[in-house]
Amino acid sequence: MEKVKILEIKQSVFANNDAQAAALREELKSKGIYLLNLMSSPGSGKTTTLTQLIGTLKDELQIGVMEADIDSDVDAKTIAATGVKAIQLHTGGMCHLDAAMTRQGLEGLDPGELDLVILENVGNLVCPAEFDTGASSNCMILSVPEGHDKPLKYPLMFQVCDTVIINKMDVQPYFDFDLDKCTEYIHMRNPKARIFPISAKTGEGVDALAAWLKAEVITWKGEN
Amino acid sequence: MHELGIVFHVMDTLDDVAKDNGLTQIQSVTLEIGEVSTVVGDYLIDCWQWAAKKRPLFENSKLLVQTLEAVTHCDGCGKDYGTVAHGRICPYCGSEKTWLIKGNELNIKEISAI
Ligand SMILES: Nc1nc2c(ncn2[C@@H]2O[C@H](COP(=O)(O)OP(=O)(O)OP(=O)(O)O)[C@@H](O)[C@H]2O)c(=O)[nH]1
Ligand SMILES: [Mg+2]
Ligand SMILES: [Zn+2]
Repeated sequence: MEKVKILEIKQSVFANNDAQAAALREELKSKGIYLLNLMSSPGSGKTTTLTQLIGTLKDELQIGVMEADIDSDVDAKTIAATGVKAIQLHTGGMCHLDAAMTRQGLEGLDPGELDLVILENVGNLVCPAEFDTGASSNCMILSVPEGHDKPLKYPLMFQVCDTVIINKMDVQPYFDFDLDKCTEYIHMRNPKARIFPISAKTGEGVDALAAWLKAEVITWKGEN
Repeated sequence: MHELGIVFHVMDTLDDVAKDNGLTQIQSVTLEIGEVSTVVGDYLIDCWQWAAKKRPLFENSKLLVQTLEAVTHCDGCGKDYGTVAHGRICPYCGSEKTWLIKGNELNIKEISAI
């Protein structure tokens, strides 16, 4: 009988994915494509916010969207109606996208002439935070009804996001959502996080968000 | 499902290890999981058994899970304490300015194989 060997691996489960993500990020950088990974709980307003952003930016940037719902194409249809390139990714029941799935999705989108690709990740605050997709930056949406203490409950998500959009500000009067506390909690997890309070419904705050995103894309392309 | 994705990542990593080391049959895999890593050990084992049947390298292999304690540090008083027992508020001084030192790990520790 062959001898059984014991091999020490001592490697994070995420190490492989992290390496694939880093390679994808480099590649996108050299092609001048900015990939924004947008994450949130279900229903916090990702699709509505995207529709607003596209409306503001589509004459200035070539935009593509990848929708990663577990099992429907409703969001992809909504986005396609705005006139930008949109595709539906199938996660095969998985609760997150990893770098390999993101790469596959990008190939399907054929992003040759695009400046900005936005990935609407699966609605979930746990799993997507653990898997680097290869995005240029991570952004999450927290909506007012979810409460200002979310950053305390989902620390990793807030740690990996450099930008936090606080959506549904129009309904703030009906909830005990405290924006100052929320800002403090977010900065406990990531002192550099940028925060944009918006209402995707009324459009309030969307211009500031769009201006930031456009500047990011231009910087990303310019550093080549 | 979260655990299934993790199982696939572990197997993909070990495919490469097997290639590099000329292994043909993995018998057991030991993972280290932090107490607050959000991964459920029992689910992981269920997923492992399901996935192992589909990949010859892992056929009949066992997944072993070791738990690592979670520890939080308090910037308020400088002490460390057990995260699972006390959460994010320091049991010594009541401060909320605390952060996790360890307990979030998800590591492949070792494998046995032929
Ligand atoms: N009042 C208010 N409602 C909003 C706002 N943004 C989105 N909504 C509503 O919230 C609901 C969910 O919005 P979506 O944009 O579909 O949210 P989502 O995050 O894409 O949802 P999933 O893809 O299902 O996770 C819809 O009924 C929107 O009309 C807002 O700023 N204010
Ligand atoms: Mg949506
Ligand atoms: Zn303390």
